[in-house]
Parts: sequence; C-alpha cells; structure tokens
Amino acid sequence: MNNNLYRRRKFVNKLGLFASLFAMVLGLFVLLWILFILFKNGFAGLSLAIFTESTPAPGTPGGGLANAIVGSLMMVGVSVLISTPIGILAGVYLAEFGDDNKLASVTRFVVDIMLSAPSIVLGLFAYAVLVAQVKHFSGWAGSFALALIAIPVVLKTTENMLRLVPGSLREAAFALGAPHWKVTNYVTLRAARSGVMTGLLLALARISGETAPLLFTALNNQFFSTNMNAPMANLPVVIFQFAMSPYDNWVSLAWAGALLITLSVLVLNIIARVWFRERNAG
Amino acid sequence: MNNQANELPLKNALEVRGLNFFYGKFQGLKNIDLDIAEGKVTAFIGPSGCGKSTLLRALNRMYSLYPGQRAEGQVNFYGENILDPKQDVNMLRARIGMVFQKPTPFPMSIYDNVAFGVRLYENLSKGEMDARVEWALSKAALWGEAKDKLNQSGLSLSGGQQQRLCIARSVAVKPSVILFDEPTSALDPISTGKIEELLHELKSDYTVAIVTHNMQQAARVSDFTAFMYLGELVEFGQTDKIFVKPKRKETEDYITGRFG
Amino acid sequence: MGTPPTTSGMMDPRMVAVVKKQRIQDFLFHKVTMLFAILVLIALAAILVSLMISAWPAFKKFGIDFIWTVEWDIINEDFGAAIAIYGTLISSVIALLIAVPLAFGIALFLTEMCPLWLRRPLGTAIELLAAVPSIIYGMFGLFIFAPLFAEYGQPALQSTLGQMPLIGPFFGGAMNGIGLLAAGIILAFMVLPFIAAVMRDVFEIMPPILRESAYGLGCTTWEVVRYIVLPYTQKGVIGGIMLGLGRALGETMAVTFVIGNSQRISESLFAPGTSIASTLANEFGEADDFHLSTLFALGFLLFVITFVVLAIAKIMILRTERAQGAKT
Repeated sequence: MNNNLYRRRKFVNKLGLFASLFAMVLGLFVLLWILFILFKNGFAGLSLAIFTESTPAPGTPGGGLANAIVGSLMMVGVSVLISTPIGILAGVYLAEFGDDNKLASVTRFVVDIMLSAPSIVLGLFAYAVLVAQVKHFSGWAGSFALALIAIPVVLKTTENMLRLVPGSLREAAFALGAPHWKVTNYVTLRAARSGVMTGLLLALARISGETAPLLFTALNNQFFSTNMNAPMANLPVVIFQFAMSPYDNWVSLAWAGALLITLSVLVLNIIARVWFRERNAG
Repeated sequence: MNNQANELPLKNALEVRGLNFFYGKFQGLKNIDLDIAEGKVTAFIGPSGCGKSTLLRALNRMYSLYPGQRAEGQVNFYGENILDPKQDVNMLRARIGMVFQKPTPFPMSIYDNVAFGVRLYENLSKGEMDARVEWALSKAALWGEAKDKLNQSGLSLSGGQQQRLCIARSVAVKPSVILFDEPTSALDPISTGKIEELLHELKSDYTVAIVTHNMQQAARVSDFTAFMYLGELVEFGQTDKIFVKPKRKETEDYITGRFG
Repeated sequence: MGTPPTTSGMMDPRMVAVVKKQRIQDFLFHKVTMLFAILVLIALAAILVSLMISAWPAFKKFGIDFIWTVEWDIINEDFGAAIAIYGTLISSVIALLIAVPLAFGIALFLTEMCPLWLRRPLGTAIELLAAVPSIIYGMFGLFIFAPLFAEYGQPALQSTLGQMPLIGPFFGGAMNGIGLLAAGIILAFMVLPFIAAVMRDVFEIMPPILRESAYGLGCTTWEVVRYIVLPYTQKGVIGGIMLGLGRALGETMAVTFVIGNSQRISESLFAPGTSIASTLANEFGEADDFHLSTLFALGFLLFVITFVVLAIAKIMILRTERAQGAKT
C-alpha cells in the first residue's frame, strides 16, 4: 500500500522534473536559435560599407547604415543627457526623503508602471507634444520619447542603490555635522556610484533597441544628417522598414542593423554587470 | 548622584536631566539623570537592550534622523539644552562627535576622509589643512602607517586602521566631546588594545563617553561608569568604586556575570 | 583634569553663519529633488491628458461604443476598436498560455534542479535574453518561423486540433505561417525570459528553511515546489505573470511582423489580424486628421488597459514582499 503511493509520488516527481528540464531546454533552444539566425544573417550582411555609406534608395543596390548609426548614437546620447539628471535627482528624493511619504509611494508606484508601459504609446505622446505642435518630425522628439523610457530605469536603480548604502555610513557623515545634501552628494551617492552607473548603462541598453517610439517622432531620413531638428535616420526604424521590403539588399542591411543593435545591447548589459560585480567585490 | 568628595570639583561637559526616550510607543529610556565630566572618560555598561546606545545617541541627537524617535527632558551641553527644537543639530554634531561600532570610512582618500569634517565649518589653506590632517592622524596613532598613502582610498586600510581613521576624522574637527559606540566590538584584540590606549590619550584634550558591552574594557579605560538596565540608570559613580564595591545588587550581579 | 582644545559650548560665530547657509542649502536640496519626483507624476498625467485630447474627436463621434464596434473603414471614416483590441488580447493570451508554463519550468529548474556551478551562467543568460530588442524576435518570426510554421506547424495543428469539434474552426483556413497564433507564439518567446527571471527571483527570495523542512519530511522536489514554494510565492508569481501580460499587450515589433496587419476578426487563428500596437505602427504614417485621432483613441485605450494590468501586478508583488517581511 505504502509502496504504491510512494511509487506514484516518485513518478509524478520525475514527470514534473522532466517537464521542467524540457521547458528549460526548449526555451534555451529557441532563444539561442533566434540569436544564431541573427548572427548568421547579420554577419553575412556586415561589411565596411555599413559604416561608410548611407541607406540606399529603394531599388538601388549596395548602400550602408552610416546615417542610421550616427542618428541613433546622437538621439540615444541626447536622451541619456536628459534622463540622467532627472532620473538621479528623483531617485535621490525617493531614497533620502521617501520613507513614510505619500508622494514618494505614489511616485514609486507610477515609476514601476512606466517601466513596463507600451513604448508605442510614449511615442504617441511625444508626437502630440513635440511634433504636432511644430508640424515636423525631429531628432529632439525622438530623444524625448526615448528619455521617457529611460528615466524610470535610472530612477529606480538610483533609489535602490542609494538604499543599499549602509545606514552607518550616512550616520557617520551626519555625526560630523554635515548638512543633508553634503551627506548625500559626497558620501551616499559616492558609495553607490557604481550601482548608479550600472543603472545608466542599463537604461542606455534599453533605449538602444526601441523602435516604436521613434516611429512617430524621429521617423527616418534617407540621407546622412546631423540635424536634430528634422527627421533623423536611426537603426531601429530602418530595420523595420527594410525588413518587410521586397529588396534583397534592404533585407540584408536590416539583418546587419539588427545585429549591431543586439551586440550593443548585450555588450552594454555585460559591461554593466561585470563592472558592478567588480566594484562591489572590492 | 554619586560625587567624588576628595577631588577638585569637576566641570560637567554634559548634564542629563530627566531624559525620557521613545521609539514610537516603546519607552527606551526612563528618567535618566547623569553628569558627564569634562576631560574624563565615562563608560555606559549594561546588558543588551538596556538603553546605553540609546542614551549615547541622544547626546548628539542622532535620533533626529529617524521620524519615529523622540526625546523628552534636558541635556545641557555647557549650559545649553541641546534637546531644544531650536538647536541646530548640525552645529551640535560638530561640537559633539561620534565614532561608531562598525568602521565607516567614506569612499574617498584617507586625506579627504579626515578633511571632510574640517571642510564643513573651517576655511583652511592647503598648508593648514595638511597640518590638521597630520595632527589628527597622529592623535589617532595612524600617522605612521598612513602618511605614505594619504591619497589612497580609506577602504584600503585594515579594520583596525579604518576605525582609527574614523577616530582621526572625529578628532580633526576639534569637538569638545567624542562619543564612542562600542568602538572595538568589531575589531581583533590587537586593534582593540591600540584603541584603548588611544582613549587614554584623548582624555587629556576631550571629554569621552563610551558604550561598551565589555566590562573589562570599561574597567580599563573609564574614570566613571554608568550601569544601565531596562532603560533605567541603576548606578553611576567612579569606575573603581563601581567595580570593587557596587552599591546596588543589580550592578553586582551584572559585574560578577550572574546575568549578561 | 582636561581642557578642551577649542571653545566649549556652541556659540562660535563663524559656525553660526555656516549653519545658516546650510539650512538654506538643505531646504533647496529637499525642494529641488522633490520637484523632479513630481515631474514623473506630471509626465504620467500629461500622457493621459494629451492622448485624450488628441483622441477626443474620435471619442466624440463614436462614444463609448467605439470599444466594441467591429469596423475599420478608413474611407468612410467609420472606426471601431474591437478588431484591434481582439487581436491584442488574443495574441497576448496565447503568448501567456505558452510562456507561463515554460517560465515556471525554467524557474523550477534554476532553483531546484540546476547544478550550482551552472546556476549563475544560466541565470545570467536568461537575463541577457530578456534584454534582446523585440524587433529581433519580429524578424525571426517573419523570416524563419513563418515559413516553417506554414509548412509544418500549421498543417500539423490543422490535421489534429483542427478536426476536433468546438475548437476545430480555430485552426482552419489558409496556412501562410502568419496570423494571430503565429504572433502569439513569437510574443511568447519574447516575454519568456522576462517572466522566467521574475519567477526565479520570487522563488529565490523564499527562506531556505521552509524548503529544507519540506525536504526533511521526505517530500519530492516536485511536491516541495507545488505545495510549499508556489503557495508561498503565489502573489509574486501572479504579479510576475501580469507584468509579462502588461509587456505583451503593449508589444509592437515582435507582433507587427507576423500578425498579418489586416483589419478583420476571423474565426481562425491562422488568419491575419491586427493588434492595437500594430495598427498604430502601420497606419500612422499615412493617416489624415480624423484617422489620426482614431489612432490616438486606440493608443489611449491601450495605455489604460496596460496601466490597469500593471497596477494590479504591482499591488500583488507588493503584497508578497510585505508577507515575506520587507524587500531584499
């Protein structure tokens, strides 16, 4: 009697564990397959021309992604410049004044929601505010939309990292008679420095891969341009347009662009982790 | 309450009168009356949870950082009640310093660590600051070991050295009183010994109050001892009198190790 | 007897001036940081208001019926959100039906079965995969998955599930590898790493003593997870699932490539359809004023739907953290 029950339990256990292993293998397999395809097609499309020539007109052979790469770099760069001070200062508020504070609780709640909010809707908002008013698309609008995505990431990481700083360190600074802002600036923020930088890198990685918000703001530009006040070429939108097109060279460029973005995102993530781990071990 | 009849009358750096302390609804200190004599070392001893750290931290209003904590009563620092809401706590803490249980070097160079407090309230030239840093590190018996690595991070020092850095940091601003909250409980015996020597020397220039759960340490370093239990001041007096002939049974029980 | 090195007491005039300055500085510090925190709240409000304003012409014309009207006639300017909402919901539900069990299996594997030396690399791999931009999944879907699905997957489904009563029609019709089901599958793998990572985190915060006591009683691994870990982490798990749902609902790129972009609701999951995000991505470029307003109305609805889902998720996760006694 006892033996039967036990055997049944063992069977169920084996089944469950096997299913888990299967899930792990399936999940990993598909995800690695996707990466493999990306690398294969992406590398096939890579060439020096990618970095030297701009996107080709429909039907014209060859071409590159130079304008899209530069455009993406510029917009992402401006976006980081906007979101860093806002995210860090707001994060500081939540960490230093945010205990037992209604405003802080509500802000935290909203930030968590914005973290997963549909980026396409944020693009719509940026359009309504920055594009519709001036009647033209621009790199600035694109950066604005990207900043809306980046700020919650920076804010949350900053708050979490500041809270990790031991209370005794803060107390030691206060005990010397330092005013609150100096304690935060010279001691707490400094101690959390590597964590905050990690947050910036992660935000950077996140916005590098975003397409939807740029569709309605920066749009795209066939030519090379560094004018942020006009439609700006960028990798994600180029990939979107080229991938679904009938032109072979366009598709090939799309894969190459996808590879570039993915590599940047992965490298940024890895750097962020390694750096953070290193700083914290020492 | 217990006065030394045969000595010159001591000036009090701090006088605690009727101090009650609350963590929310819980009362951590009950009606404490205590004098901290100038230029002497006063130790607070007692079992865990007796309120000795609470009392120490009330002396530099460290509790003001935490909204749920409050103190009632008076603590007179050279005549002024520091519990008064009008008292500027930053200024107070520049006059009454604190060294914590866990060594807490700031994430900056050794030099900057020591200079940090000084830079808050004094405008010294480079030369003057260099001199002050050297002076403070010497007072903390760290100058010899640190003088060649002033630009290295404070975190590069060993545990005992870090604690001496924290002492140098507090000393550098030239406070009147320095409070020590179990300063050696996280350190090895050799570092502990070095710091106990330091306490002896600091006495000549500063008033010291120290919380310790190590009775032998209290006996070694202090001039006066306060024994606390469950938030009350049970007995206070000259250290040798307390340890040799305590007046209260609870004191005797604690000292002889009947409870801990 | 000692003498302190400087003046005893407090009245040092140099200090009084410094202290006054500090008080002003700290006041500014508080107010300025608070301002930036409020800015975030203002942004949210601004988004809702601005979307509503732009969507107003559409809402005014169609009223609340807009939500369930099945119609998308650009020429005659007769619009309804039902088609797009249907596509959004169905593709997301399919995605979760696939991703949640897989994520659970992965989380179980990582916390109970995985050899220790492999735990960190695999865990990191999952987290890195969660960072891969969604457009990659879209491209994979279009170029690799769709043809394979059309040639092997869909026929297989049609000949098996497609022959059964009730659910048969879901798998009927033309098989070109795209459509709602295809979109759901691609979406599933896009949210999978994310949900798996959240579930793993939630399983890991659990105090080991609880697990150990269960093992100590002779429970098998499966039983420990099913009867101890899951109930304990229940709210966090549900929160994680809802976070994944929130992401799936709003996803554009992973879906647009394979959903077919057709404004119809069909019986079959193999038929092309559209989601709110896809509609926005596809039609925005050429939309004129009123059409644009309708798109904004869709965007507004999507934002509200995801907001509600994410808010519920957040509350559930907060409850778990509170039950486990403060966040780690």
